[in-house]
Amino acid sequence: MSAHPTAVRAAPRAAATAPTHRRSYRSVYSLMVTPALVLFGLFALLPMAIVVVLSFTTWDGLTSPAWAGLANWAHLFTDPVTRHSIWLTLQVVVLSWVIQTPISLLLGVYLAGKQRTRTVLAVIFFVPLLLSSVAIALAFRYLLDPDFGLAQSFHTAPASWLNHDWLGDQTLVLYTLIFIIAWQFIPFHTLLYQAGTRQIPASLYEAARIDGATGAQQFWRITLPQLRNTMVTSTTLIIVGSLTYFDLVFILTGGGPGYATRLLPLDMYIVGFEDHQFGQASAIATLLVVIGMLVSLGLVRFSGFSKMRSEMEGA
Amino acid sequence: MNAMNARIRRANPLGALGALVWLVIVIIPLYWVVVTSLRSQGGFFTAGQLALPHPLTFGNYHLVLSNQFGTYLRNSVIVTAAAVLLVLAVAVMASHGIVRSGKHRITGTAFNVFLLGLAIPLQATIIPVYYIIARLHLYDTLLAVILPSAAFAIPVSVLILVSFLRDVPGELFEAMRVDGAGEWKMLWKLVLPLARPALVAVGIYDSLIVWNGFLFPLILTQSPGNAVLPLALFNYEGQYAINVPAILAAVVLSLLPLLALYAVARRQLLGGLTAGMGK
Repeated sequence: MSAHPTAVRAAPRAAATAPTHRRSYRSVYSLMVTPALVLFGLFALLPMAIVVVLSFTTWDGLTSPAWAGLANWAHLFTDPVTRHSIWLTLQVVVLSWVIQTPISLLLGVYLAGKQRTRTVLAVIFFVPLLLSSVAIALAFRYLLDPDFGLAQSFHTAPASWLNHDWLGDQTLVLYTLIFIIAWQFIPFHTLLYQAGTRQIPASLYEAARIDGATGAQQFWRITLPQLRNTMVTSTTLIIVGSLTYFDLVFILTGGGPGYATRLLPLDMYIVGFEDHQFGQASAIATLLVVIGMLVSLGLVRFSGFSKMRSEMEGA
Repeated sequence: MNAMNARIRRANPLGALGALVWLVIVIIPLYWVVVTSLRSQGGFFTAGQLALPHPLTFGNYHLVLSNQFGTYLRNSVIVTAAAVLLVLAVAVMASHGIVRSGKHRITGTAFNVFLLGLAIPLQATIIPVYYIIARLHLYDTLLAVILPSAAFAIPVSVLILVSFLRDVPGELFEAMRVDGAGEWKMLWKLVLPLARPALVAVGIYDSLIVWNGFLFPLILTQSPGNAVLPLALFNYEGQYAINVPAILAAVVLSLLPLLALYAVARRQLLGGLTAGMGK
């Protein structure tokens, strides 16, 4: 953005008035930014600062917070429940990426085609985007109910392995959860890859075809490299999203059975709003934010932020 | 155009296979939810799970609709509309200020704050937000959900709008300035009409997120009279206990408004979703 005309174009004679002019413009701009800053400051920045401060206190939510030094932070890394939650959360982050990325990529590239079948499929595939986590959690909870859900109707041989208590089995429930998360979010990432693929210049493929490249070669040499920025965006969203995943787990399993699906955000919720240890919960919240920021900064640096932005502009 | 068609029309057997498998995975749960919501409670325990219910019953829908569903729907509409209008208003003002001021200290800082703000998950701030809402005497009101929901939608909205407004040619502003227009008039007469597609996209993106939001309503409201749809679904679950078909009827009903929107404006809806992908 170039410098603003008022000052730059002012003739020498007008020089005396130019600075006041410019100042009044500046104050208009500041004024325009103020409402957004105040709203965001009050409900996001201030709370974030408070969370960091609270993480060094003990607070039951009723009496005033008492200084606790590093106790919460020490507890964070020694408490077996929270350590277990960190481990579960890491598994969800990694497995979500590993599952969602290739499937979304495959479906997105396929749906970028404009054939009628693909258009119809796309209409159906994107329906889950409209569902709230609450709706999805309730649907799957009853669908997977061992007594009267869909699973129990698979008695016969080829499908009988599906007849299982998917949410009640401690060793399986985490994978069930990861599957449902994938069910919820693959449509969104498919949409990203579809949009990304449609922006790849046709001339690249044309040139490749003239050189006799096969479909597979075109995918590896053109499509995939061209989708690099989409992949960074999608990856950041999957990682940060998985770190803060709450609604679905809260309703689907409540963290159980036992502690089998007690992911970090849920651990924070239970420690805070059920055990009334808001200081400890704040330490967990701060940890979440720190990890999330490190990941996004890392990915953005790794990929070059300007590129991510030009993609957002649809360039 | 020919080359384009050649590219887009080429076969992709692996993709076709994947799409077929995914079709089954997507459709079965959706179909099961709809079919089960049309079963009687007795039929639910006995009938084949995927068979069409016989007889078809709308009793569950009747039960849900007569159980304050209208109130929840109204609350959701109010919360979403108010939050989105609020975000659009403050975000378009801020974006205009940021773009027009160039490398100005205050607005530049503000932009960086919003960029950084993208990384703040609302889950992490919920404890102080609860405290602030209580101190403002807003606990258990719709405003308690509207304000934080709007606040958390600001960063993405500003980012999208700023990148859109940066492409508006400076001559347009210059011409208006020569005619004696101030910044507010430019905002109103030039930016708002020009930025309409971006505003629509941002509005759709924000609406979906606010409409489906659960944590703010869960923590910041309490009485059923102030429940929004996702929270109401959660409450129905406790209320109807094992009347699963009724709970699923509520799930279907909560989806209907968005499904109607999807039917009439699918392109805009999906476009709005990818507009927010810088998040």
